Amino acid sequence: MSDKPLAAVPYLKIPEGADPYLEGHKCGNCGATFLGERDVCSKCGARDQMSTVTLPNTGKLYSYSIVYRSFPGIEVPYISAIVDLDDGTAIKGNLINVEPDPENIAFDMPVEVVYDDALGRKDADGNAYLSYFFQPAASA
Amino acid sequence: MTDAYIVGVDMIKFGRFPDKTVPQIGAQAALMALDDCGLTIQDMQALYCGNLGQASGMVGQRMLQEIGQTGMPVVNVSNACATGATAFREAWASVKAGLYDCVLAVGVEQMGKGLLGGAGAKVGIPKEGLLGSGTMPAVFAEAGMEHARKYGTTFEQFAKVSVKNHHHSTLNPKAMYQIETPLDEVMNAEMISYPNTKLMCSVNVDGSAAAVICSEKKARELGLMNRAIKVRASVLASDPWQERDLVMPDVNSCTRKAAAEAYEMAGVGPDDINLIELHDCFATAEILHYENLGICKDGEAGRLIDEGEVALGGRIPVNVSGGLLSKGHPLGATGIANIYEVSTHLRGEAGSRQVEGAKIGLTHVIGLGSACAIHVLEKAS
Repeated sequence: MSDKPLAAVPYLKIPEGADPYLEGHKCGNCGATFLGERDVCSKCGARDQMSTVTLPNTGKLYSYSIVYRSFPGIEVPYISAIVDLDDGTAIKGNLINVEPDPENIAFDMPVEVVYDDALGRKDADGNAYLSYFFQPAASA
Repeated sequence: MTDAYIVGVDMIKFGRFPDKTVPQIGAQAALMALDDCGLTIQDMQALYCGNLGQASGMVGQRMLQEIGQTGMPVVNVSNACATGATAFREAWASVKAGLYDCVLAVGVEQMGKGLLGGAGAKVGIPKEGLLGSGTMPAVFAEAGMEHARKYGTTFEQFAKVSVKNHHHSTLNPKAMYQIETPLDEVMNAEMISYPNTKLMCSVNVDGSAAAVICSEKKARELGLMNRAIKVRASVLASDPWQERDLVMPDVNSCTRKAAAEAYEMAGVGPDDINLIELHDCFATAEILHYENLGICKDGEAGRLIDEGEVALGGRIPVNVSGGLLSKGHPLGATGIANIYEVSTHLRGEAGSRQVEGAKIGLTHVIGLGSACAIHVLEKAS
């Protein structure tokens, strides 16, 4: 068992002695950005043009749903959100620290990425995980 | 290339048949489609069988073990919710190519109840409810909310789709449900994933549908042209790259691509279409597809549902079968069931839900992942 939390997804990086961040893979040919490692661009087909980029921790809410019915053991309601990060990369996650009511959720509301424990979820070996969440931007 | 015609087509009444096997359920529709044109399994040169739940289970062959092992080639097809339409299209293509002149397409599914999508993790920890939701009601809610952000589409407008389709199903004896659901009932039903309430989610049912497809020459030889349906277009598209692909399955661009190609292949436009059976897996989805299929301009879908243009008796009735919302959505069968529905109207045999004077109809399904299949059908002249 790891004594430090593991990353909930491969594109969440937890560097030694620095803040966690989200990593994208950007195509040097067409500029498309992807979450997760890849060698070939599915937008333009270019090979071996991928390089890693650190994704920004700020963006805007693009779309969402408020989930009331999920699988057993999943706490509801929660807001499933699609966020466009400031560099244009789209990413999905939970929008937290907002009352799950359409009245309180505005399209394009500024959000920031925050990193926290993965809701107490542990894997079969007992490892804890670090995940990312969205919350209304502090300046908003 | 020859033209291809549907000469026999039918579906079973959708329901829940836990005591039957998948091949048995498929066999029912196969026999009904054969009876519809007076042919036998021995007349079929190939079988294209669509099923999702037992995709590795040789469903087509097991179905022939129920109704006639002629030794014909069998292709088992799996393509998410476009499975049935893809099987139909493979059958169509084999006739168009001149490989065969009389083939059978079957779509069949046996479903459990409950949520689809968002399955547990094979490695690490489950992501459902941690990184948003992968459940189908949520995914299609997010797609609907994208329309809301662009055009101000309201919860009430999405809900009206369900009111309409449930109303239509009261006229369809083969639908799972024949129950009116007034607007307040739809909007006040259990919220599953805002803005989709329980009555705005398609019904998981068991079902099957089948079609016999012949070349024009064969259909004429058999004397089957009087009720034959011409397949004017058959198009399959996958999802072209879109900037939010990785986090937001895109049901729009592959439908638009398939629609453009289908209209071109058929030599018709949206204004020539008299009825449509489209993929209303969730009420939010139907709104998107009015625009994707070009029956209104972008941003006008809300008005279409408000003004009843897409209801039976309206300008272009959509999902007069009751749609997936009320007829039910047996994944692998859906694509052929909607071909059955449109064919039945083109034949003038749809009874109390008949779209009067229907000459050309369109069917649309979309499987998330994604696959879009569109067929344009016309009564043979």
